Amino acid sequence: MHEMSLTESLVELIENEGEKQGFSRVHAVRVTVGALGHVEPDAVRFCFDAVSRGTIVEGARLDIRTLLGEAWCLDCAKTVRIVDRMAACPECGRQHLQVTGGDDLRLDELEVD
Amino acid sequence: MCTVCGCGNPDAPDDKHAHDHPHEHRHTHEHAHGELRHTHEHAHRHTHSHTHAESGPHQHGDEAPHDHHHDHAHDHAHAHGHDDTHPHVHDHDHGHEHVHEHEHEYEHVHRADGSIDFGAGPAAVHVPGLSQSRTLRIERDIMEKNDAYANSNRAYLAGLHTLALNFVSSPGSGKTSLLVRAINDLKGRFPIAVIEGDQQTAHDAERIRATGARAVQINTGKGCHLDAHMVAHALDDLALEPDGLLFIENVGNLICPAGFDLGEAHKVVVLSVTEGEDKPVKYPNMFAAADLMLLNKSDLLPHLDFDIGLCVAHALRVNPHLQTLVVSARTGEGMAALYAWIESRAARRAEQRSRAAASAAQVATPSDAAE
Repeated sequence: MHEMSLTESLVELIENEGEKQGFSRVHAVRVTVGALGHVEPDAVRFCFDAVSRGTIVEGARLDIRTLLGEAWCLDCAKTVRIVDRMAACPECGRQHLQVTGGDDLRLDELEVD
Repeated sequence: MCTVCGCGNPDAPDDKHAHDHPHEHRHTHEHAHGELRHTHEHAHRHTHSHTHAESGPHQHGDEAPHDHHHDHAHDHAHAHGHDDTHPHVHDHDHGHEHVHEHEHEYEHVHRADGSIDFGAGPAAVHVPGLSQSRTLRIERDIMEKNDAYANSNRAYLAGLHTLALNFVSSPGSGKTSLLVRAINDLKGRFPIAVIEGDQQTAHDAERIRATGARAVQINTGKGCHLDAHMVAHALDDLALEPDGLLFIENVGNLICPAGFDLGEAHKVVVLSVTEGEDKPVKYPNMFAAADLMLLNKSDLLPHLDFDIGLCVAHALRVNPHLQTLVVSARTGEGMAALYAWIESRAARRAEQRSRAAASAAQVATPSDAAE
């Protein structure tokens, strides 16, 4: 389960920020996960409690925002939003789509003391 | 043993082992950070959109740095804001609704002083002024550490004009047999080195070494994929010769390795014809990340109902740029086409080298070196 190592990266990144910005307690962690990305939000939640134990992140609330994917529809000649890589264009129903975004995996904000 | 990569280097205590290298890669780290501006800007578009929807007045005008993206932000703002603040008159699918649920947790207003107010949205989980905690805008890619190592690996490989291919597949697709055959057929033309990733055992590296090629085995322990840091260690041990090929055989797993850039030039996904034609649509991320698909074990096709056309059609749905070759590591069928594919890409490295030699005074930068 690669979510474990990605969650470890997340906690490491936060501890890193803690040293840089001088905080020692984190109340909330807000991350963005793209719908076309490589992580399952529930798996990240599952890993988060275990991985954050004994760190400044322990006990923090994890808010995960899911972003839809973005694709360029060749027929509509515009950017459309899609839920997965198999999706058809929500406007024209065809599958002439080129994925342009939505595999984000980003730490957005922290609420800290 | 190193707990980071499990490489078993006995004279590297865990701490040192894990810390020496990040320092060394610091340049690339910053480089990667620079690239992250894309993410940053992207995020702001979305964040702005919420604020517009909820708070009406355009406080963002105060923040000069954001002006550049403002026009663009409006598109998103309307789409999202509309959905958040009005009843759902659109025909939403499940995925869409899921997103909205989460976005409520994100309501906030950016102030001119750079602070962020979480009390502005309907979720109102924070009341400004009553909480002692502060909110920090971070905007960092969780993959940034891996990507920094990957960029560093890529620059290192480019400096050696070495073509690196990352072979990914489910377990049992015949990756190692394929590599053994390719090495035997290509070792007269290129120096070849291999990084073998497996959860346990050095069996595969031993099979590779029997060909005479240099091989390093990485045991990932509990890990389900190779990451760029592990590969950086392996590269230290390999001492590559220039103008060669590096084959990275990833852990057999069609899910986890997809998200990890190792610094390779291309991911090559191997699918054996004893698997289903629909693997590309079942595991789309991996097939989307690859540049070449090898349909291996073609010698078994007469005994199977595998439909190559259907499989390729599925793969192209996920990745319109994916190339496909039908091969058999056992009989050698189709392998010549694979070698041609590899040689054409290796030749591009050689061209880069002669170009670099032509402008000898110019030192290659990582961004030049990366493809």
